[in-house]
Amino acid sequence: MTYSFLQHYWCFVVALLGAILVFLLFVQGANSVAGSLGYTEQGRRLVYNSTGRKWEFTFTTLVTFGGAFFASYPLFYSTSFGGAYWLWMLILFTFVLQAVSYEFQNKIGNFLGPRTFQFCLTLNGILGPLLLGGAVATFFEGSNFIIQKDNLLNTGAADQLSTFNFQLSISSWANASHGLDALLNPWVLVFGFAVFFLARTLGILYVMNNVDDEDIRSRGSVRLIGAAVPFLILFVAYLVHLLLKDGYAYDPATGLIFMEPYKYLHNLLDMWYLLIILLIGVVLVLYGIAIEIFGRPNFQLSFFNSQLNQGIWPAGIGTVLTVLALLLCSAWNNTAYYPSTADLQSSLTMQNSCSSEFTLRTMFYVSLLVPFVLAYIIYCWRTIDKKKITSEEISNAHHAY
Amino acid sequence: MTTIISLLQTALPLEGESGGGLPAAIDWARAQFALTAIYHWLFVPLTLGLGLIMSIMETKYYRTGDAFWRKTAQFWQRLFGINFAMGVATGIILEFEFGTNWSNYSWFVGDIFGAPLAIEGIVAFFMESTFVAVMYFGWEKVSRGFHLASTWLTWLGATISAWWILVANSWMQYPVGCEFNPDTMRNEMTSFLDVALSPFAIDKFCHTVTSAWVIGGVFVVAVSAWYLLKKREAEREMALKSLRIGAIVGLIASILAAITGDESAYKVAEVQPMKLAAMEALYNGGEDQSLTAVAWVNPFKQPDYQNEEEAPLRLAIPNGLSILATRTLHGFVPGVNELLKGYTREDGTVEPSAKEKMERGRAAIAALVAYRQGKAEGADEASLNVQLSTLNENMPYFGYGYIKDEAELVPYIPINFWAFRIMVGLGTLFVLFFAYLLFLNWKKKGIFAPETFNFPLDLSRSTLGELSTFNSATLWLAIALVPCAYICSESGWLVAEFGRQPWTIQDMLPVGASVSNIGSSAVATTFWLFLALFTCLLAVEINIMLKQIKRGLES
Repeated sequence: MTYSFLQHYWCFVVALLGAILVFLLFVQGANSVAGSLGYTEQGRRLVYNSTGRKWEFTFTTLVTFGGAFFASYPLFYSTSFGGAYWLWMLILFTFVLQAVSYEFQNKIGNFLGPRTFQFCLTLNGILGPLLLGGAVATFFEGSNFIIQKDNLLNTGAADQLSTFNFQLSISSWANASHGLDALLNPWVLVFGFAVFFLARTLGILYVMNNVDDEDIRSRGSVRLIGAAVPFLILFVAYLVHLLLKDGYAYDPATGLIFMEPYKYLHNLLDMWYLLIILLIGVVLVLYGIAIEIFGRPNFQLSFFNSQLNQGIWPAGIGTVLTVLALLLCSAWNNTAYYPSTADLQSSLTMQNSCSSEFTLRTMFYVSLLVPFVLAYIIYCWRTIDKKKITSEEISNAHHAY
Repeated sequence: MTTIISLLQTALPLEGESGGGLPAAIDWARAQFALTAIYHWLFVPLTLGLGLIMSIMETKYYRTGDAFWRKTAQFWQRLFGINFAMGVATGIILEFEFGTNWSNYSWFVGDIFGAPLAIEGIVAFFMESTFVAVMYFGWEKVSRGFHLASTWLTWLGATISAWWILVANSWMQYPVGCEFNPDTMRNEMTSFLDVALSPFAIDKFCHTVTSAWVIGGVFVVAVSAWYLLKKREAEREMALKSLRIGAIVGLIASILAAITGDESAYKVAEVQPMKLAAMEALYNGGEDQSLTAVAWVNPFKQPDYQNEEEAPLRLAIPNGLSILATRTLHGFVPGVNELLKGYTREDGTVEPSAKEKMERGRAAIAALVAYRQGKAEGADEASLNVQLSTLNENMPYFGYGYIKDEAELVPYIPINFWAFRIMVGLGTLFVLFFAYLLFLNWKKKGIFAPETFNFPLDLSRSTLGELSTFNSATLWLAIALVPCAYICSESGWLVAEFGRQPWTIQDMLPVGASVSNIGSSAVATTFWLFLALFTCLLAVEINIMLKQIKRGLES
């Protein structure tokens, strides 16, 4: 195993975690539309109980995504989290609120009332995917930071350490907005909203699969159009923009970063296997959506009809493949995956931001546990979901939200 | 809680004070980390402790098939779930705070520190979150054996998570298995096993986890005691049996916590002698050192350790500290002043003075600057090697290069001194109380006397009469110990974290050089937001917990 292989391998692991995270954002997506999807008090409860059995997977994947990024690309971790402070803090706040909302909302003694925590779930359902999508878009659009490692040796600052003036900071944001500036870039917003509508689409598909309630399922097929259409428009718009835009390329011989026209188009053509994965992913997402729209009785399309309520699976796998291909396109093939718009040479590449070869190799062995972890997750998931959720089950359950 | 935070805010010497009296970003970053860690640690120990006890109860159900144990396990699992949600919510912030607030730190040691965090996610968090779902929702969906395994795996996942985060924390206190790379400007891992199995980490893990079991024991005993005080007929059997299990777990755990605590203190003496000196308010050390039982150390003012011989009104156990720190009766234990001025150990090795360490730290930084400049300008290898050898020679004191005044090297003594005493004092109280409960159980006296609660249940006898003052006092004491257990546990963290100041990583990087480049107003804003949010959620959580307890088995 060479250092370069390990760098590519860990980029793949982090990208895969990111891709699975986007799929698992169906929890947020369903919560963002729980009011209209559930419609009645009992209907809403069904939706929350459905996502409530999965929210910890999303949460854990987010935490592990952060941990894996820290272990494999610590300079990204220190630069992005320390720089885009407000963007990440907003994301975290909404996830903190979500984490307690399920357990607390309907418990006696919740003096804030169930509506408060349902509002928190909706807030996280909207802002979580939107801001996470925005953060991912900066992998292509760039961020406003500067890296100067020698700052840590700024002894002038050390002499005045008690009035610490940040001259020691390795990574700095080039403006005072600390990450919120990303939301001023319309393409970041386009991508953020695309992720939001994708999460909502997946959320509706998931609930239609997981909840055995015809009212919710028929409402879901209508709401699905309202989520899937904007998603497709925004996604296609961003994809076209991405393929046409200049990208941040890296010269391995000199270590210099430079702008390359059509860089991401070139990446997909050079790494044709990513293009195939991307196309398969997109087709699967479309297929998953089509099942639930055209499979309903009013369309009478028996091909889709036979797979009714199963749309989440092709759409989910398609999401993982699509996001994986896009994330790898942002980093592989000598590309700067976290570009700096303030100082081009501060941009982060796999090579200049990764952990040492020893750490990456050690973590490689740890990552061999991942298939085992995935296997028990799938087993438990299937066991719990064998029987679909019904109103009766929630009423009689030992543990319900 | 608020008191602790205000202490952080007001009583401590602020880095920013000399710059105009207002807290600087570094102060807010420290306060925020302390706040979020303290809140997180309100919930984690109960997860670990109650998780163990509820798993024992479900094991009883599995072995006996008795529906009573199923109901009992389910009851405690409901309380576990309320607490668990808060633990998860407060935990996510901590992981990301390393990046958001300690950006330099994250790069400087991310190569070592990131690995335990990633392993924690892959190995522990997924185990915890997968099987907790089976535990909650699987009662009617999986076999009894699978459900039991899921309950134990939920607890095991939480415990493994504690292992990896404590490995990470211990590495900050005792950095091993790494070396500095001047080209990448960071420390890089050289031995994963040294990091993962550091003796400091093993001690810290054992002490922390056993102390969490104590909280589990105290909690179960207290809730059970409340049912008995209220003479709740429906919960009587559950309360008495739970009380017994809680007391057994509590006694074993508090004894183990005392043993592992002693071992931890020994390790601290070895690798963080300044922390030990602060814990003991030991200004001037020497041989035959006594262990301070109590003394008057002003809680709000750093003592004048340079001029005072020892803390006033000191009562001490002769030779106690020498035994604790060196395992010998007459062992030499350095005080704050020895550590600042330097001293010679019994084996003849010399510990340099703080001034010398600071000079050597600056020499290391200067050599690193020269090396990097030389490399950038294409200097010859021989001159680069000269700089490298200067750097390597002085690298053990690299962090001292950032220290301006040797007073910065002395942690805030009052917090360390009092928190340590509170922890040890309350820990001893728990041992005594659990032993007392089990003595009553063994002798069938007091609350365990057959006539007190008509137990084992005998329906032919009349319902419960009045409780004697003795029995009431025992039960009320059990309830009163709940806040004490949390204070004890948090005190342990205060000692661990305040005692290592000014270091983020012992001798390698001080807090001032670790922090992110964010203005103090931004961090202050998030500090107050976290304080408001967590306090509000804590209030809701406590209220829900109390209501759930009040409903008892009915719920």
